[in-house]
Amino acid sequence: MVTKKRWGERMVMEQLINGLTIGIIYALIAVGYSLVFGILRLVNFSHGSVYAFGAHMSLLFISMEFGIVPAIIASMIFTGMLGIAIDKLSLEPLRMKGSKPIAALITTIGISYIIQNMLMIVFGSETKSFPRLFNYGTVRIFGVNVGSTQIAIFFISLVLLVALTAIIHYTKVGLAMRGVEQNAKASYLMGINVNRVVTFTFFLGGVSAAIAGTLVSGYYQMVSPGMGFMPGLKAFSAAVLGGIGILYGSVIGGLVVGISETFAATYLGGSYRDAVAFIILILVLLVRPNGLFGKKGIKKV
Amino acid sequence: MDDLRRLIKENRIPLYRKMDQYRHYIIAGLLLLLLALPYLLNSQYIMRIIIMICVYSILGMSLGLITGYTGQTSLGHAAFYAIGAYTSAIISVTYGVSFFITAPIAACVAALMGLLLGLPTLRLSGTYLAITTLGFAEVVRMIFLNWERVTNGPLGISRIPRPVFFGIELTIANNGMYYLVLAFLLLTTLVMHFIVRSKFGRALTAIRDDEVAAVMMGVRTTYYKIIAFVVGAFFAGLAGAFYAHMIRFIDPNTFTFDTSILILSIVILGGMGTIKGMFLGAILLISFPELLRFVQEYRFVLYGLILVLMMRFRPQGLLGGQQKTDYAFPKGMKVDNQ
Repeated sequence: MVTKKRWGERMVMEQLINGLTIGIIYALIAVGYSLVFGILRLVNFSHGSVYAFGAHMSLLFISMEFGIVPAIIASMIFTGMLGIAIDKLSLEPLRMKGSKPIAALITTIGISYIIQNMLMIVFGSETKSFPRLFNYGTVRIFGVNVGSTQIAIFFISLVLLVALTAIIHYTKVGLAMRGVEQNAKASYLMGINVNRVVTFTFFLGGVSAAIAGTLVSGYYQMVSPGMGFMPGLKAFSAAVLGGIGILYGSVIGGLVVGISETFAATYLGGSYRDAVAFIILILVLLVRPNGLFGKKGIKKV
Repeated sequence: MDDLRRLIKENRIPLYRKMDQYRHYIIAGLLLLLLALPYLLNSQYIMRIIIMICVYSILGMSLGLITGYTGQTSLGHAAFYAIGAYTSAIISVTYGVSFFITAPIAACVAALMGLLLGLPTLRLSGTYLAITTLGFAEVVRMIFLNWERVTNGPLGISRIPRPVFFGIELTIANNGMYYLVLAFLLLTTLVMHFIVRSKFGRALTAIRDDEVAAVMMGVRTTYYKIIAFVVGAFFAGLAGAFYAHMIRFIDPNTFTFDTSILILSIVILGGMGTIKGMFLGAILLISFPELLRFVQEYRFVLYGLILVLMMRFRPQGLLGGQQKTDYAFPKGMKVDNQ
C-alpha cells in the first residue's frame, strides 16, 4: 500500500518534470509570438516555421561538424536573419502602405507556407534524426531520476528568458521596444526609429525560435519540416492564455500548457494530448477574455 | 435618381458598371453554360475538379459572410465543414437514411455547433476570436480522431452511400453529383445575395466597418455576429455533407488547419465583401494545384508567394473594393453633383 502510494507520487513528480521541460520550450516560442504581438498587434503565423527553420539550421551546422555550441550560435544568427528578412521584405512594405491588420496576418501565413515547403525541398520531407544534446546521464532530484538533457533544456531556456527580460527592461533598445509597444507614433516623434525596433524584435523572435527548435530536436532526437506546426499553435495558445503581449504571461502560459498536456497524456491517454492546450485556452478566454494577465483594452472612439 | 444616372453616363463608366446594365443576360448566359458544362467538357477528371470548385465556392461564401461581410476572422471554418460531413456520413451509414434527409440534418447540426461556439466567443475580438476558432477546429478534429466508437477514429468512415434521387443513384459519371452541387451552389448564392442586401446584411457591414459606431447606432453587434456565424456554419455543414457523399470516404485528416486556411484564402483572394469573388477565388485556388502539376513540389511555395504578393499589391482581393450599387437616395431628394 505504502509502496504503491510512493510510486504514484514519483510518477506525478516525473510527469511534472516532463511537463516543465516541454512547457519552458513552449514558453520560449510563446515569447516570440508575444514580442511581435506587443509591438505590431500582429499574430506572426510564420513563427512555427521559423522554429522549424532554426532546428534545420542547427542540424545542418552540427552535421558540418561545427561542434554543438558553435552550431547553435550559427543557427541563432541565421534564424535571426530570417526573422529580419521576413519583416523587411514582407511586413515593412505593408506598414508603409498602412494596410489592414488582416493583410499582415495572411502575409505571415503565406510566409509560413513558403518556409515550410522550402525546407521540404532542400532537406527532404522525411523525419531526420538529431543528436541528443547535453547527455551526461541522469541525476536524482527529489527521489526521481531526471535526465541531464531535461535539466539543460530547463536552465538554458530559463537563462534565455531572463536575458530577454533584461534586454527589454534594462537596455536602450528595450526601452525603445516598450515605447513602441505603448504608442508607436509618439515614439517616432521622440526620435525612435520604429522600423529598426520592429526589425530587432523579429531578430529576437528568430533567435528564441532557433534555440527552442534546437532544444526540442535534441530532446526528441528528430527534425522534420512540419515540426513547427503543432508547437507553434500550442505556443500561440500559451501566449494568448497568459495575455498576449505580456512576457511573463507567455512564460506562465507555456508552463501551464506543457504541464497540463503531459498530465493529460498520462491520465487520459496520449490521443487527447494535442487538444488539451486548446481546451484550456477556450475555457480561460471565456472567463477572462484578455488572458490570465492581460490588461483590459479600452476601446477608443 | 435620374440625375445620378446622367452623372454616371457623363463620366467615364467603368467596365463593371457597363456590364451591370446587361447583368441579367450575363447571369442567364452563365447559368446556361453551367448547365451545359458536362456535355461540353465530357471529362470526368475535369468534372471532379469543377465539383470541388463548387464545394469550395459554397465554403467561401459561408466564410465570406463571417469574415468578408462581418469582419470576424475565423481560422477554424473547416470544423463546420467536418461536422457536416461526419454527421451526414454517420447517420446515413448507420441508419441507411437518404442523403436528402441527412444533409439538412448535418447542416443544422453544424449551425447548432456554430451557435454553441458563437454564443460565448463572439464577444471576443480580433486575435482572440481567431485563436479560439482555430482551437475549436483542432478540438473538433481531435474528437473525430479519438471517438472511435462513433467516428471510426483515424481509419475514417468509408462506403458512404451515394445520394439517390427518385430511384436514380447520383454519381460523377452520370453527372448527378454535378447537378446536385449546382443546386446547392445556387441555393447558397441566392440566400447570401438576399442576406447581404437586407437590413441584416447592412448591419453586418456596419459591424465590419466600424463596430463602435455600429453599437452607437443601435446595432446589436453580438446578436448579428452570432446569426452570421450560425448561417455560415449551416452552409459549411451542407458543403461537408455533400463532400462526404461524393468522395464516399472521410477521415479526420481531410479537415485540417490547411483546409481552414484554404477557405480563408479563397475569401481573401476573391475579395472580402463580395459574392462573385468567392467563385473566382475557388476557381483559382482549387484548379491551381492541378494546373501547376509541372512545378510539382514548388507549388505550395508558389501558393504562399501568391498570398504574400496579393496582400502587398491588392489586399482587397481580385474583385474586392468595387462599390457596385450606389446608395439609393430617397425620391425627390436633390443630388448635389457639384
